[in-house]
Amino acid sequence: MDATLTRTGIWFAILLLCLAALANAVDAVFSVHMLIVSIAAFIGLIATVWNTEFDSVSRDVLRIPADTSRYDDDPIRWGVIATVFWGIAGFLAGLFIALQLVWPELNFEPYLNFGRVRPLHTSAVIFAFGGNALIATSFYVVQRTCRARLAFPGLARFVFWGYQLFIVLAATGYLLGVTAGREYAEPEWYVDLWLTIVWVAYLVVFVGTILKRKEPHIYVANWFYLAFILTIAMLHIVNNLAVPVSFLGVKSYSAFSGVQDALTQWWYGHNAVGFFLTAGFLAMMYYFVPKQAERPVYSYRLSIIHFWSLIFLYIWAGPHHLHYTALPDWAQTLGMVFSIMLWMPSWGGMINGLMTLNGAWDKIRTDPIIRMMVMALAFYGMSTFEGPMLSIKSVNSLSHYTDWTIGHVHSGALGWNGMITFACVYFLVPRLWKRERLYSLRMVNWHFWLATVGIVFYAASMWVAGITQGLMWREYGIDGYLVNSFADTVAALHPMYMLRAFGGVLYLAGAVIMVVNVWLTIAGKLRTEAPMSDARYDEEADRPAVAVPAE
Amino acid sequence: MNNPETYSFMRELADSWGLLAMTLMWLTFALWAFRPAAKRHHDEAANMIFKDENDG
Repeated sequence: MDATLTRTGIWFAILLLCLAALANAVDAVFSVHMLIVSIAAFIGLIATVWNTEFDSVSRDVLRIPADTSRYDDDPIRWGVIATVFWGIAGFLAGLFIALQLVWPELNFEPYLNFGRVRPLHTSAVIFAFGGNALIATSFYVVQRTCRARLAFPGLARFVFWGYQLFIVLAATGYLLGVTAGREYAEPEWYVDLWLTIVWVAYLVVFVGTILKRKEPHIYVANWFYLAFILTIAMLHIVNNLAVPVSFLGVKSYSAFSGVQDALTQWWYGHNAVGFFLTAGFLAMMYYFVPKQAERPVYSYRLSIIHFWSLIFLYIWAGPHHLHYTALPDWAQTLGMVFSIMLWMPSWGGMINGLMTLNGAWDKIRTDPIIRMMVMALAFYGMSTFEGPMLSIKSVNSLSHYTDWTIGHVHSGALGWNGMITFACVYFLVPRLWKRERLYSLRMVNWHFWLATVGIVFYAASMWVAGITQGLMWREYGIDGYLVNSFADTVAALHPMYMLRAFGGVLYLAGAVIMVVNVWLTIAGKLRTEAPMSDARYDEEADRPAVAVPAE
Repeated sequence: MNNPETYSFMRELADSWGLLAMTLMWLTFALWAFRPAAKRHHDEAANMIFKDENDG
């Protein structure tokens, strides 16, 4: 009772502080954000007071089974639901901006114009969809591989809810026109500070669980998760060093200026790709692919070399985003050389994942979840081949600033990150809700094909668009003048933008099928359906040989 | 930070001793996985994820 009273008091104090900040805010957006935090604190207060009621209602609504496991799975269940929810939100935002590029009339000023919805899309898919998937799977994997319950269960719940608050603050900020002007790090200083607190709590829960492990060895997936958590903490703090204009307003100025600022930004930006979208998702790969294939990873030694090579090389690749800029030439070359070297560990990792199926290749035909994982690894290989190629200066002079880059990013994001996440969701949902199996495996198969064909439309149209754009921009006539105006290139790309949006529709349709499948699995339903594969039965052949009398 | 001497010092450190130290560290970590005793250790670690009865 005493503890409840103290916690209620803390929530109340936070609520009052936020309301005071709201009243004294120097700009409208800051007061909106303080209102959102106040509402969050109010919900926290209510949840503390009616703790038992809240708990039983949420268990009822989410169909959470009684806790019989030796592991703490509640934050993972919430995380899986959040992953699916934010995934749909992020894909929808992406489709919307793709359609804006086809029909500019869809730019509804000011809240829903392209410039505001685009960071909403990138943050929703990377940090909300990908981030929730990483947090949920890391909590799942670290418990299983350490054979220990999560350390600091209260803090783990704070990580989940604190991260959702970060997402809501970031998303509403974008639509209201707030930006720090840094790619993939657009939220302003106070949201950055909040994320830092949440992230340190995440690190404490993760490392705490590793420290209380009952297994002598730390499984390689945990190395990748730990590298992801630590490096993102470092990148986030350094890149967002800034001085706020007022402690009660949104605006801040970066601690760096000029080319240093640009390099810090792309050191962050490329390593967000390297450690968030690669190391973190490789951790998922190293646990869930062997589990689903029911075979150990092809080479554990290769996974260790993969780890160290990735860690040592990725951190230097950022300057390739600044080819032919004010950045010193040697730094550009360094970024390029390290990017090309990265090709080797990336393919080592891909081969390690794919060869895990060695001796069980038939599973690609019979198990649609394995098929998704294999497609994810194939796209990991393709985009990590394309990336080093694009980082070569002469290739970059054609591809930079064009849609080729957008195509490259999406073959990695939709193909690698998306597919491996979907596969993990399908792996986790029946286990977390104690169901016999998924509602429908055939729907997983539909999801697989819709997503794959969607990516093909996306990547192929963006290759054509990017190369068209690059060639048109650099075309000179005999008189020495540029042949095409910028508007000419935009007109030339219009059909490609339509094809890209169509690819997006397919990808989103696949994700909607996943929502239905996950929903019905959680609800406890099983679809009666023919199995995915069956040994062929030929009734004609299935009878004893009858002796035919000689004529 | 904007002092040209600091810049030159950092740059020279990075492309000489810094680079050498990084390369040696990487080599140590990578070769460590090839030591003879590692084989059994790695097999155990790779199969450890299948030992658990309580993970579905």
